[in-house]
Amino acid sequence: MKKRWYDYLWIVSLTYLILGFFNILFAWLGLLCFFIPLIISAAAGTKGYCNRYCGRGQLFSLLGGRFGLSRKKDIPRWMKSKWFRYGFLIFFFVMFFQMLWNTYLVFSEARGLRQAVTLLWTFQLPWHWAYHGTLLHPGVAQFAFGFYSVMLTSTVLGLVTMVLFKPRSWCVYCPMGTMTQLICKVRNGKP
Amino acid sequence: MNKAVKKKRKALAAQNDCVACGCCVKVCPFSAIQILKGITARVDQDKCVGCGKCAKECPASIITLEEVAV
Repeated sequence: MKKRWYDYLWIVSLTYLILGFFNILFAWLGLLCFFIPLIISAAAGTKGYCNRYCGRGQLFSLLGGRFGLSRKKDIPRWMKSKWFRYGFLIFFFVMFFQMLWNTYLVFSEARGLRQAVTLLWTFQLPWHWAYHGTLLHPGVAQFAFGFYSVMLTSTVLGLVTMVLFKPRSWCVYCPMGTMTQLICKVRNGKP
Repeated sequence: MNKAVKKKRKALAAQNDCVACGCCVKVCPFSAIQILKGITARVDQDKCVGCGKCAKECPASIITLEEVAV
C-alpha cells in the first residue's frame, strides 16, 4: 500500500519525547495531540486523528509490529469494557486537573517550581537537566513538567500493554480516543 | 439433486465493542472496512475475502471470521 505523508507522523511523536529530555518547554507542543483530535471530532464528526494522524499509535504499531516487541495476545475482556474505558477517561481527567491546579499554584506564587517529572502519577523523577530557565513565568515551566509527565506516563502504559497484548492496545483505552468517540456519538447519533 | 450450499469466511466486527481506532482499515488489502461516523468499524461483506488480517490487527480483538452462506 502506498505510504502517505501522515504515515510518518510517528517520527514527530518520537522527536517530541526525545526533545523533552533536553528542554522541558517543548512539552507545550504536546497540546497539539489534545486539540487536533478534539477539533476533528467536533468539526468533522470523525475519528480521523486516530485513524490517520496519531503518531503515537503508529509508533506502537511499528515497535510492536515490525520490530516484534509484542506478544500479540488478546487484551483482557475487562480492559475493553466500557466501565474501564470511561473510568480511565475520568481518572485521566482528574489527574489532568490536578496538574493544572499545581500549575496554578506556581503561577499564583503559592508554591515554587518543582523540576520533576511524575511517572505513573506517583514516581517523581528528577528532570532538572532539561530546564534552563524561561523568559516567562516559572508557571509556564511547571505546566511543561506536568504535561510531559502526562505524555510520558501514557507512553509507558502504552508500551507495557503493547508488549503484553497487541501493538496498539493503548488505542483501546486511550482517553483521547474514548473522548473523541464519545463526541462522535453525541454529534452523529447512531452509526 | 440439491446443490451444496457454498460457505465463505467473512470478517465481522462486534460494533458495540469497537473503539473506532481504524487499525483494521489500514491493513485491509481490499479496502473493505470503513469507520462509520467515528463510532464503529463496518466490514463490506461483498468486498471481504476473509483473509483475517483485520482480526489479527484489531487491538480490542472484536473482529471475528464467521462462515456465511453465499
